[in-house]
Amino acid sequence: MAAAISQAQLQTSIAERFQNRFDVVFGLRDQAAPDLLPTGLPGIGIPRGTLTEIFGPASSGRTGILTATLARATRRPEFCALIDAGDAFDPHSASEAGVLLPNLLWVRCGGSAENALKATDLVVQAGGFGIVVLDLAGVAAREARRISLASWFRLRNAVEKTSTALVVVEEELNAHSCSTLQIASHASGCRMQGRLLRGLEVDAMLGPRNRSKTGFTLQPVLHE
Amino acid sequence: MYACIHAEGNPLLLVECARHFSPRIEETSPDTVLFDVRGLGSLIGEPQAIAQAIANRAGIPVSIALSIDPDAAVIAARGIRGITVIPPGGEAAVLAPLPLNLLSGSPETAELLDAWGIRTLGELAALPPLGVAARLGNEGAHLQQLAQGNAGRQIRPLEDALRFEEEMELEHPVDLLEPLSFLLSRILGDLCARLAFHALSADEIRLTLILENAAPHRCALRLPVPMRDVKTLLKLLQLELSARPPGAPILKIRIELNPVKPRTQQHGLFLALAPEPAKLEVTLSRLSNLLGRENVGTPELLDTHRPDSFRMNRFAATNARHAEDAPANEALVLRRYRPPRHAQVRLQNEIPVHIATGSLQGKVLAHAGPWRSSGDWWQTEPWDHAEWDIALADGALYRIHEDLRTGRWFLEGSYD
Repeated sequence: MAAAISQAQLQTSIAERFQNRFDVVFGLRDQAAPDLLPTGLPGIGIPRGTLTEIFGPASSGRTGILTATLARATRRPEFCALIDAGDAFDPHSASEAGVLLPNLLWVRCGGSAENALKATDLVVQAGGFGIVVLDLAGVAAREARRISLASWFRLRNAVEKTSTALVVVEEELNAHSCSTLQIASHASGCRMQGRLLRGLEVDAMLGPRNRSKTGFTLQPVLHE
Repeated sequence: MYACIHAEGNPLLLVECARHFSPRIEETSPDTVLFDVRGLGSLIGEPQAIAQAIANRAGIPVSIALSIDPDAAVIAARGIRGITVIPPGGEAAVLAPLPLNLLSGSPETAELLDAWGIRTLGELAALPPLGVAARLGNEGAHLQQLAQGNAGRQIRPLEDALRFEEEMELEHPVDLLEPLSFLLSRILGDLCARLAFHALSADEIRLTLILENAAPHRCALRLPVPMRDVKTLLKLLQLELSARPPGAPILKIRIELNPVKPRTQQHGLFLALAPEPAKLEVTLSRLSNLLGRENVGTPELLDTHRPDSFRMNRFAATNARHAEDAPANEALVLRRYRPPRHAQVRLQNEIPVHIATGSLQGKVLAHAGPWRSSGDWWQTEPWDHAEWDIALADGALYRIHEDLRTGRWFLEGSYD
């Protein structure tokens, strides 16, 4: 097996081979760090122009993370789109969490992952949205698994070099290598006190590169 | 040569009468119409004959004046009953005995002229022009020109209301969308070119298809922002027709565009990111075709405590709403099951201890509740719920409720 070539050797080799044919200086271009959309949650920012997956089982805080992101974005203000495969979005609790509903396009797909994927494709191609969310958490995991890697790749390419952040909420990872950020959400406990639900303690693991961990408590918004 | 008709009462009749003689018509005031009669000499004859023809056409008693100066014709028609033909160069002589109030000057000027003892147009015309201009300014000079019958202005022709409507009768009935699209594209191309010529856009398209042995198929598309892009309008019509196709072959197509001023928008570096209106409109139409119109839009909460009450509005990305206050951080939100799932709940001391639905069952590890909510008891669909938040062994948090009217339990959603 050939010895591994170092980055410097590879660069020199390319430069020697093509320097005489092209009047350019060969070098590595640093890719600019993507602009991060704040979520208001400690240590979590959603990068623009990429695909982000937020995954975990039911009541793991996935939707809480998503809603916090939408609340910040719609109040900035930016227009956002939510493709709701399972028709599970609750506008009341989203509004209480701070989402400005007039800035949100809600597409209800009635339980069809296929339609949700088509709708996401259309919305992403239209452009101009700050965040496009594909919520697959409301459909069976086996349906979400049927989405091919080519579809994820196409969606990732569609948002690349745009200022749109594509966020997928699901039970398990589906886009794999197509997603730039993967947030694994896990509930570590719930707090109930008397007749009140006080909160859900959530641990979020950020991957795949920066494997950092953060924890916070999602609390129901109580009215006076 | 200009003709002026003056009559009290019916302005439409005057305009209609004038249209019979000339396309260049000015509606000077509700009771006076001025129009261009140059060239009528070869058709009708002398100016006196033209005036008589106009009087005959009007059919009601009118005052008519003909002059080469438009204002002289207007003043003469208003001041002299019957037919007046002013020969070229004779304007001042004809207008001289008429009173000053026929001129539309300011009250201050009229008062001043009255104070000077000027009562007729002839007296005003006879004043030295430089002295009038020095004392009364531009207005005085203009009034004197009117009195002399040599103001020499151009008439302001009445313009027909712009109608952007085209129709096409087909030699053979069309029953497929593709050939129809080709024809629609042609018609829309013409209409949009006309809109562009008048620097206008359309905010509504009305399509009427006359069908073979069936009632006409009509559709109207309201556009969120004015546009005149043929491709966008065609795509919207195609999507509309594919969603609601006509029920029979098409014999005739009629398209009408509602003209409005185009939308002007100042873009800024720090303005919110927004989808392009034309592109968004096509996308929304496609989404509506795919999922149904009621499933695409923006939710609006209704002013009621009834659970899951909202209305879907049309999404419009024209003006982003602002909010100054910061959102609630780390909020727990509900994911709903629509409709709520029927559940079998076992109680112990009136507290849920076990739940079973089609896909979910387990022991209740923790609970919070009950929280009562009820309403609309005065209507046909009241509700009366006792809500519980429960934690199951699988680690998930759910909201369940008991319908106190029926005693049935439902799984409303999960907290996430």
